[in-house]
Amino acid sequence: MLRTSQLRFRYDGGPSFEFPDVVCDSRQHLLLLGESGTGKTTLLHLLAGMLRPTGGKVEVDNQDLTRLSGKELDRFRGARIGVVFQTAHFVQSLSVEDNLVLPQFLAGKPVNRARAAELLRRMNLEHKLKQAPRALSIGEQQRVAIARALINEPAIVLADEPTSALDDKNAAQVIALLEEQAALTGAALVIVTHDQRLKDRFANRVTL
Amino acid sequence: MNLFKIARRNITVKPLNTALSLVLLAFGVGIISLLIVVEHRLQEQFDRNIKDIDMVLGAKGSPLQLILANVYHIDVPTGNISRSEAERIMKHPYIESGIPLAYGDNYAMHRIVGTTHAYHEHYGTQLAEGKLFDAPYTATIGAAVAQTTGLKIGDTFYSAHGLKDATDVHADHAFTVVGIYEENGSVIDQLILTPMESVWGVHIEEAEERGENPEDEITAVLLKKKNALAIVTLPNLLRETNMQIALPSIEINRLQTNFGIGMQTLRAIALLIMAISFVSVFISLYTSLRERRYELALMRTMGATRFTLFALILLEGMLLTLAGIAVGLATSRVGLLLLGDRVKDKFRYEIADMALLDGEYLLTIITIFVGVLASLLPAIAAVRIDISKTLADA
Repeated sequence: MLRTSQLRFRYDGGPSFEFPDVVCDSRQHLLLLGESGTGKTTLLHLLAGMLRPTGGKVEVDNQDLTRLSGKELDRFRGARIGVVFQTAHFVQSLSVEDNLVLPQFLAGKPVNRARAAELLRRMNLEHKLKQAPRALSIGEQQRVAIARALINEPAIVLADEPTSALDDKNAAQVIALLEEQAALTGAALVIVTHDQRLKDRFANRVTL
Repeated sequence: MNLFKIARRNITVKPLNTALSLVLLAFGVGIISLLIVVEHRLQEQFDRNIKDIDMVLGAKGSPLQLILANVYHIDVPTGNISRSEAERIMKHPYIESGIPLAYGDNYAMHRIVGTTHAYHEHYGTQLAEGKLFDAPYTATIGAAVAQTTGLKIGDTFYSAHGLKDATDVHADHAFTVVGIYEENGSVIDQLILTPMESVWGVHIEEAEERGENPEDEITAVLLKKKNALAIVTLPNLLRETNMQIALPSIEINRLQTNFGIGMQTLRAIALLIMAISFVSVFISLYTSLRERRYELALMRTMGATRFTLFALILLEGMLLTLAGIAVGLATSRVGLLLLGDRVKDKFRYEIADMALLDGEYLLTIITIFVGVLASLLPAIAAVRIDISKTLADA
């Protein structure tokens, strides 16, 4: 689960943001809506521990991220937080399968290739296991990215505009998979977007 | 899945990007390694053959030529000297012993040297089979001679006039092989030894035509001094004769100083290539790092620490460096084999030896060290990647 309180952030010599408190429990969904420039991505990075807040705190799985050292934060992020970005990126030199087990290795967990295959099967992509990521279509890549975000069974999944680069058909498929698989893993799902197509799907919304 | 695998895949996924660094590195290491080996082998050969020969007595001419001809057998002799006059020098109180050499003929490019048993005893060369030459026209041959000519004990052969070609064969005197020496890396390996009487016998008619006594002619004497004063005294005694003495250590030293300039130039060029190759390793890692910023930031979101990225880039540099060293040393060995055959043909020296020399271990260590230095800056750049900014800008 995720909980923030009085979260503030200011860029060096740049804009500053104050964010409303957000809460999202396991298996719950939260949609963060906002136009460009409202600090959507900043908030997501704060939630993921990729940025340190200027004030306030972020609790993930009852752990206050602001209290962790840099290295602890890296490890915690790898083990408990899954992130899906607007466009999927991969370590291009590795196969789809190796990209999927990479978070296990980097988070210091035992490498479980069976789980990678299982997740890919759930995404209907099991035949792409040995391919290079760049050989996949954009929609397929985004599905692999979801599988990768889920592989370590994180407490929360953060998705940054996961559908904005996709057409209607792919967007619907990706968001359905995201919801379904996050629920299966027991993770809280937080989606940051300005994509109008997603608004009606989620009851729990916060507008920035 | 481990860091090594990721590093290896990162290097091999775009082979062209790494090829240049690898080729340059291998080239630099290869040349330096080749120089180290050739220098070492030549030095070893020079030292081994010079062993306890303080002076060489021979006909007047270039002292260096005298040494090259009579100690190493890689040059033609300066001429003949009178045996009786040479014996007078050998009996000089400042001289401990002398080994006479008389030659001028060859068999299959190997010199047929008339001498005494003192010659092989001096180099500690043992018999491998058969017996020592004892009568005129008996010959004990060096290990390399046996190998290249296929001569066996009991075989006979004819000598040819001169030291290289086989056009003018002395067909009336057949030599018989009575023994074969063990290989010991000295000049004996390449020679056919026989009593001096054989050499005189072969040339008796020519000498009589010129009205000379062939038994009074030898080519040179290898001298061991008893007293250091010999070096200053003997030249005075020889002033009125056609003889001179030369000091192998001094002549070889001079030779090496001359050819050392060439070696130094080569070494400087090789070092320059190495330097360029390290710049190239640096550039290659740095550009690949810039292209992969997003990947690296992504790895951080998946649990990689700053140190993981540091180690990854360093590992990539290390793999590149080690591959360069391996290819370089392999190239140097192939070059050595090729060069070895030519050197053997021309100078009759064995230089091809596959084992690594101390200098090459040092070269390897230094190369690894500089490789680490070249990877350090890109690795530090990887540590300093701002993940939030990198991922937001993509």
